[in-house]
Amino acid sequence: MSDDLDDLKAAMTSATPSPDGARRAENLALARQNFETLQGSAKPLRPTSENGQNALWTGVKTMLNTLTSKGALGATTALVACGFLFLTPTGQDLLRKPAPMTVKQETESAAKTVDTLRRATPQPVPARPKASSPLSELLTDDSGAAGLTATTSPADQPIVPANDLSTMQSSDTEAFANAAANPVKVVSEEPVSTFSIDVDTASYSLVRSSLQNGSMPPHDAVRVEEMINYFPYDYAGPEAGEAPFRPTVTVMGTPWNAGTQLVHIGLQGRMPKVADRPALNLVFLIDTSGSMSDANKLSLLKQSFRLMLDNLRPEDQVAIVEYAGSAGQVLAPTAASDRTTILQAIQGLGAGGSTNGQGGLEQAYAVAASMAEDGEVSRVILATDGDFNVGIDSPEALKTYIADKRDSGTYLSVLGFGRDNLDDATMQALAQNGNGIAAFIDTLSEAQKVLVDQLTGALFPIAGDVKVQVEFNPAAVAEYRLIGYETRSLRREDFNNDTVDAGDLGAGHSVTAIYEVTPKGSDAVLNDPLRYQAAEVSGDAAELGFLKLRYKEPGEDVSKLLEVQIAQGTATNSEAQFASAIAGFGQLLSGSDYLGDWGYAQAIDLATANRGADAFGYRTEAVQLMRLAKSLSGQ
Amino acid sequence: MRMTTPDEDLALAAASGDGAAFAMLLDRHYDRLFAFCFRLTGARAEAEDLTQDICAALPAKLASYQRRAKVTTWLYRVAVNAAHDRRRRRATYVKASAGWGDWEVNRTETAIEDAAKIDWLTTAMQSLNDDLRDTLALVLDDMTHAQAAEILGVSEGTISWRISEAKKRLKEFKEKEDVA
Repeated sequence: MSDDLDDLKAAMTSATPSPDGARRAENLALARQNFETLQGSAKPLRPTSENGQNALWTGVKTMLNTLTSKGALGATTALVACGFLFLTPTGQDLLRKPAPMTVKQETESAAKTVDTLRRATPQPVPARPKASSPLSELLTDDSGAAGLTATTSPADQPIVPANDLSTMQSSDTEAFANAAANPVKVVSEEPVSTFSIDVDTASYSLVRSSLQNGSMPPHDAVRVEEMINYFPYDYAGPEAGEAPFRPTVTVMGTPWNAGTQLVHIGLQGRMPKVADRPALNLVFLIDTSGSMSDANKLSLLKQSFRLMLDNLRPEDQVAIVEYAGSAGQVLAPTAASDRTTILQAIQGLGAGGSTNGQGGLEQAYAVAASMAEDGEVSRVILATDGDFNVGIDSPEALKTYIADKRDSGTYLSVLGFGRDNLDDATMQALAQNGNGIAAFIDTLSEAQKVLVDQLTGALFPIAGDVKVQVEFNPAAVAEYRLIGYETRSLRREDFNNDTVDAGDLGAGHSVTAIYEVTPKGSDAVLNDPLRYQAAEVSGDAAELGFLKLRYKEPGEDVSKLLEVQIAQGTATNSEAQFASAIAGFGQLLSGSDYLGDWGYAQAIDLATANRGADAFGYRTEAVQLMRLAKSLSGQ
Repeated sequence: MRMTTPDEDLALAAASGDGAAFAMLLDRHYDRLFAFCFRLTGARAEAEDLTQDICAALPAKLASYQRRAKVTTWLYRVAVNAAHDRRRRRATYVKASAGWGDWEVNRTETAIEDAAKIDWLTTAMQSLNDDLRDTLALVLDDMTHAQAAEILGVSEGTISWRISEAKKRLKEFKEKEDVA
């Protein structure tokens, strides 16, 4: 300590007050309470006065920004200002205290503060702070029929100017990608159904996390096909010399409707020997923003990473790039055999600091490019809790950038951590454009599934741009409905257009799609025949329809075609039955109205009876989730 | 018995869910933390509020604690970050209220009058920018330059530069005050 500072230090020491005893006890109690809350469950922290302040200001700003007329703005601003000043404790403090001290800490909860504001606000002005309102409120606002991007995305709404985004740090900013459920289609009007396969599993993890936290998932969070495809199925794989995957079609009775049938289409990808796979180049692009410091985010990521490292081969290479925190490359490309170096780099990852990571994504791709050699597979794996500030601002530019890189051979997968501000919609869009998977990792066992058990499949595509097209036979089928795949539908003509992107099938992965079809003459036909059209179609009713699949061999530009007949009445099996139980469960969760009286109890019975070997316990877990949903829904 | 357990062991126990360890750790450090918050903010009410912020957020931050850091170092880093958050929010808040017309102008004038009454110490500290004040707050707490550098995430040289800069500013401030 130098002399110059000695008098300052002395003054400071004598000026430092001792802490207020009552506040001390309160604060310690608050800390303990938050500690218990955090230990008990993964719920967000109790709203503090800070959230209250933010909520208050966001509310006022929302209001001001939604007003357009200048006169109205002036009048209401004055009214609100007066009400705010005289009616709220915070406002009165504003009058009394000097500027830097005005952030008076109120120990009231956020809700109370907002309530006060509401009371102080003239009627015609909506005072509800949109950005920080609970998720449920956002979702009930949704009109239901959304496009590919969920209408609930707060980012889409002009709430506050971009430079004030810091005031918007609200607790629930989840956004989901979903579209309205596929409707029943009449075969004679629209006999062809086309879609891209979907190998993501994020939706199932989100549903699980909701149910395990004691609440029903929002309808929009449920994508039925992702729930079905979460599970490995024991479908017959392709023989040597065949296409990289083999389709299996099963037709069986519908559990929830005696008058219809399910057409179950299972694609099983080939599993190359692990020793034969090409060397991997993995670049981890890791979000180290402050919000990643929660126990279920960065530390879970580190643990997951360690699990994965054990499964890499010595010639594989790993590099790590951080963004949002201290941006930059934290691990140069390193052979997987050099465990010590990699583990040290992983251990050194720390969340914190402000967001200054510009160009994180470009850097990750540049590193990947520097690692690539002929015959190797390069992949960028983005791990984030929803901060997609990767250096490219506009979502469209981001998508284009990723698609360009995909075409030049580097793929992108996205791992989501934590739920509070996870942007499911962006995650989906990025992974779809990057030919990768989007997985939501909430537990170590999920990390085990995504990064260890299915590592090979997750990282090695065996067939690219896999598209499915089914043509139904109007002589045998009156109506059909595709269960799930709402966000993956393609136009009929896109099936043969090789420039239209679709999902990739990973090594050893299976993909399942289920149609509910109503046979001709069944009581369950929903649509009446038309009066002015020639409704009667005669013909051979032995085939229900015709299945066509297009795919590209990895690295090829021209697609190949696979064709399979869908014959009447194939015998059922437990794999298809289990898939139908999950399909039913997913539809129950998404509030589908096609299920009649069929409920969780029936789903539980069907799933329990068809659990099969279930080596990893995934199906048993699904049954537990169904039980949870049953009790939560009050059925 | 636990009174003799080192801070670092308590923090690790707390991070793995030991509520008693967490309570003891915080109780042990509360007074020092409060004093540090006072130095960061220069006002008692602000310091109480900042300490409350930190207490409220601390359980969630425990996950970021790593054995190789001293608990005080880690705790001070959390405090500095919380102070930054607070200042940023206040900046937004002031900006948000700036458009409110004459009422705001009057209020600011009152603030200037009030400021004149605050004793020289607070004024002196407030005449420094945030970086300098954070640095000074640490060094006045008998932290070495190296420790301060670790907490603020800058190099030791930067700390030394900031201290000399702070001294220069304080000297100027004193001279001005002596003239007045």
